[in-house]
Amino acid sequence: MSTILEQLPIVVNALNEGFIQTLKLFAVTLLGAFPLGLIIAFGSLSKFKVISITTSFIIWIIRGTPLMIQLLIVYYFPGLVLHSPIWGGGESGRFLAASIAFIVNYACYFSEIYRGGILSVPIGQSEAGLVLGMTKSQIFFNVTLLQMIKRIVPPISNEIITLVKDTALARIIALQEVIWAGQAFMKGSHGISGAIWPLFFTAFYYLIFNGIVTLLLGRLERKLDYFR
Amino acid sequence: MPVLEVRNIRKSFGNVEVLKGIDFTLEKGGALSIIGSSGSGKTTLLRCLNFLERPDEGSIKVNGEVLLDCSDPSTLRESQIRQKRLHFGLVFQSFNLFPQYTALKNVLLAPKLIAKENHDWEKIRHDVYDEAYDIFRNIGLYDRMDNYPHQLSGGQQQRVAIARALIMHPDILCFDEPTSALDPELTGEVLKVINKLSEQKTTMIIVTHEMEFARDVADHVIFMDGGIICEQGDPQEVFNNPKEERTKQFLTRYSRSQ
Repeated sequence: MSTILEQLPIVVNALNEGFIQTLKLFAVTLLGAFPLGLIIAFGSLSKFKVISITTSFIIWIIRGTPLMIQLLIVYYFPGLVLHSPIWGGGESGRFLAASIAFIVNYACYFSEIYRGGILSVPIGQSEAGLVLGMTKSQIFFNVTLLQMIKRIVPPISNEIITLVKDTALARIIALQEVIWAGQAFMKGSHGISGAIWPLFFTAFYYLIFNGIVTLLLGRLERKLDYFR
Repeated sequence: MPVLEVRNIRKSFGNVEVLKGIDFTLEKGGALSIIGSSGSGKTTLLRCLNFLERPDEGSIKVNGEVLLDCSDPSTLRESQIRQKRLHFGLVFQSFNLFPQYTALKNVLLAPKLIAKENHDWEKIRHDVYDEAYDIFRNIGLYDRMDNYPHQLSGGQQQRVAIARALIMHPDILCFDEPTSALDPELTGEVLKVINKLSEQKTTMIIVTHEMEFARDVADHVIFMDGGIICEQGDPQEVFNNPKEERTKQFLTRYSRSQ
């Protein structure tokens, strides 16, 4: 039985590899969910009842069910029920399925935050833009957007920090993220078996990364402090 | 030919008829003040002129061109409203400056966006900047151009809002209770700017609760009550010699409260 000190470099290497997968899922989710959330927010704010009701219905389903089940459905439904395994095998297929489930799930949460942000910008702001002859999209991008962003940084920060930890859920479809990598040392991996400490050790990865995320978001918040 | 002709404007919100047939004309270079108690329809009238509300009936003509005629659907197209709006400028009671831009950028934003659409911003950039500087000198805020709205007093913010409207060269500049959100000691500086514009023959409609100012700045005054024009005419006439009972009551109420 080797000591923890001897195991450490091997474990850290394996966990680093897993954490890269965690980071990839985190980054892809944000890149996809930020714009998709905006589209969904416009949907729920639409004047057309059909669009706004459909959007609210989708948001209800996505927010009302566990992300874990959404992951399972996205990954297994095409293959096991429709008999057309669209994701392909292997880690890349799992990553693709996980990305889609995460993007859609987080976009729905973001959309509600965006919606609140848009509605909190006083109506006088867009009326001032209209009276000056601006188009609706000019008003959104030049007047409303930054004021909305300023208001939503705190609630979005919350979601982003939750997302860092939620990525662990992708383990349910065997995505080889950091917790998966840590758990592997219990059964046996890289010549080490029966070790539970690597699993506990993964917590540091989340903690440190969330520390960095918190600092960055705090900086963004201060940066937007130049106006009221 | 009058610069503005308003005919039979009616507007209801739900069951409440706010404007019950408004008619008036305005000559080029003229200043019209509209007085009346809260809820008499003054603000709604200005909002109709600026296409922020669509009247249910009536027509609006500027320089002889029909901008809106509720009985002619071809004048109601959403796509043309943007162009038509530019005949009017509107200064809001609550300023509505864009908080994320400096005073100068607040003024430049709309001309810049429009010029960029026409791909001639680089060509006219210098002229637009020069004009903005001129306007800031005119309103006495040349040294505050680089301040953000929250760094300015209410009176200064409202003057910037006036500058922002002026740079679009509206045919008619509308003021919606421009001093109602200001502390009393700040109203003077805003009224002074409006006065100056009136001397420079800017065509204006001013909705206000400042009776003295309404009388002095305007060459025509309208008293609105319950969605109709109750009385209108020369300011000295209306204020010193009101003919309608309701005008008399309104003016006494005001002189007593002041």
